Amino acid sequence: MSQVVVPRDKADRGSRLARPTPSRPAPPAEWPLMRLVASALSCVRGGREVFSGLEFAAAAGDLVAIIGPNGAGKSSLLRLVAGLVPIASGQLALEGGAPDLPLAEQAHYLGHLDALKPSLSVAENLQFWAAYLGEGGLPVAGALDAVGLLGLADLPAAYLSAGQRRRLSVARLLVAERPIWLLDEPTSALDAAAQQRLVELMRAHLNRRGIILAATHAPLGIEGARELCLGGTP
Amino acid sequence: MTALSALLVRDMRLTLRVGGGALMGVLFFLVVVTLVPFAIGPDLALLARIGPAILWLGALLASLLALDRLFASDHDDGSLDLVMMGRMPLELAVAVKALAHWLTTGLPLVIAVPVLGLFLNLDGTAIGAAALTLLVGTPALTLIGMIGAALAVVLRRGGLLVPVLVLPLTIPVLIFGVAAANAAVVGPVPFGTPFTILCALTLVGLVIGPVASAAALRHGME
Amino acid sequence: MALIDLANPTRFLGFAGKLLPWLAAATLFAFAVGVAQVLSAPDDYQQGATVKIMFIHVPAASLSLVIWGLMSAAALGTLVWRHPLADVAAKSAAPIGAGFTLLCLLTGALWGRPMWGAYWVWDARLTSELVLFLMYLGVIALWHTVEDPARAARAAAVLALVGLINLPIIKFSVDWWNTLHQPASILRLGGPAIHESILVPLAAMAVAFILLFVTLHLAAMRNEILRRRVRTLRMLQAQGA
Repeated sequence: MSQVVVPRDKADRGSRLARPTPSRPAPPAEWPLMRLVASALSCVRGGREVFSGLEFAAAAGDLVAIIGPNGAGKSSLLRLVAGLVPIASGQLALEGGAPDLPLAEQAHYLGHLDALKPSLSVAENLQFWAAYLGEGGLPVAGALDAVGLLGLADLPAAYLSAGQRRRLSVARLLVAERPIWLLDEPTSALDAAAQQRLVELMRAHLNRRGIILAATHAPLGIEGARELCLGGTP
Repeated sequence: MTALSALLVRDMRLTLRVGGGALMGVLFFLVVVTLVPFAIGPDLALLARIGPAILWLGALLASLLALDRLFASDHDDGSLDLVMMGRMPLELAVAVKALAHWLTTGLPLVIAVPVLGLFLNLDGTAIGAAALTLLVGTPALTLIGMIGAALAVVLRRGGLLVPVLVLPLTIPVLIFGVAAANAAVVGPVPFGTPFTILCALTLVGLVIGPVASAAALRHGME
Repeated sequence: MALIDLANPTRFLGFAGKLLPWLAAATLFAFAVGVAQVLSAPDDYQQGATVKIMFIHVPAASLSLVIWGLMSAAALGTLVWRHPLADVAAKSAAPIGAGFTLLCLLTGALWGRPMWGAYWVWDARLTSELVLFLMYLGVIALWHTVEDPARAARAAAVLALVGLINLPIIKFSVDWWNTLHQPASILRLGGPAIHESILVPLAAMAVAFILLFVTLHLAAMRNEILRRRVRTLRMLQAQGA
């Protein structure tokens, strides 16, 4: 059963106020087979058409690496799929996804900004996102351990270096279960060891039939990655 | 912890830990109330007469202080994007933020009213009336002010834009709040009439504030 | 060990740690003596026993001014001589000074109600003391808003020195303006105007209050130094991981 997300209008989110919250089944060990399909997608930001006529499809277990020169629209595409930028024209659909949830609530977004509050501790920051973003996923301690920050759990987040903040953002992907990961330059500020850890986490997600869209300048080192090229040849 | 309580606790923690916490608003309230006798002279009878109005003005300005950080800090560090991608409707998330803001900014102002009332030579009835009207009115100030804060974030303008947008919208609340406080002291209008209208304004704000702010945030996102 | 050696925070910690129990004991003893003196002092023929609020009100008021003066001296230490403990002294003194100012205002209000019929009047001395209280709160807010202690120290030092102008205003307000508050009775040309049966208990309480301030201040300075060490350790811990 497919769910088609049409260009957003006011009624889209507002109507959810009337509906009672559905009870969620336990998150699966493997995601059901899904396909993220975009056809004739175009995006306008700041009065400028960033891209138009975009077509792609990402199946379960696919890693789509979005490449292209700066300004080609890699970040805009990710924000568009995340529901943060309205679709100017075209269609974006998640076939096989949860029928009553908009696409934005089935995706994790890892942008340039880290969404970290400096006055909260590392653990407090993550606990908030774990509670707010949904069910399932690792417990906070487990997620911190997976990114190597467990020793700093009670430290105020203000004391973290850039690489440590990025790792904390990656931990956010682990504390709530969502099938689609939208990663914008995920390896920036990460050293080699941390990059390796991230690649392993991404592989694990793909093995569970999740979908990853990653905008990146450098190759990620994951076999079978498909490339989506924006803005001509890089 | 549910998403709702997690958001409430986080916002309250942030306000209380950063930059002086709840007491900054109270301190500003105190400073404003102290400035008035410097300006108009130490005539105690005059101060008692306009006391409720001074308290309302001070509370209004102090509430306004914290409002522009309501959405700006979340917008600047990328949290607002993620809040919009959460399982909670944005209207509800915004309402919870308003509640956290009122608990850490508005409520301390109400608690400070008895002390400041003594400075202004108000008697017990006047202090009680001022406190009660502020208790009901400060949520309205937060809820209506939130709309201006959302617009300012979306328009990416700081400074005086939020006060300029918000103050005209809060005038009805100010009018009925002061009218109710004065009615309790002087009459002849019974206290109930302006007070129930004040309650109504707060309830209207409870609906319009979150809906308008969420709409502003959603349609301004880029 | 010369006084200059105390500028080293570690040595200061050791010194303060050894001295504090003695200071606390001395404070308690001084208060015991002071309270005994107050209880045996004569009542005022007009006010009765309410006049004894003075024995708390006056020392608290004097200390509120002295502590701001101390903060200003520490501010000079920070800005001019770069003394390592100057900003610690200033930061620790501010809440204590605010506390004494609040005590002065509260006891004054409680005393004013039976004396003048009002808890508060906007006369020159009361208003300038209230302004002092607001300035204390402002300095405390400044310390808490800026995260880095070194930057906060310089800003707070400037504020402390600027606020120094308020002190002569408070002291001489009762002379310069026509105020409701009683004029100066002790520190004035021509010597104290109070009989020794009131002056001696007042002096005893003043000594007790001063000892209280010194004890609290040393303890607060110790805490602040330890707090900064914890902060440094945490930053190092973050760098290590």
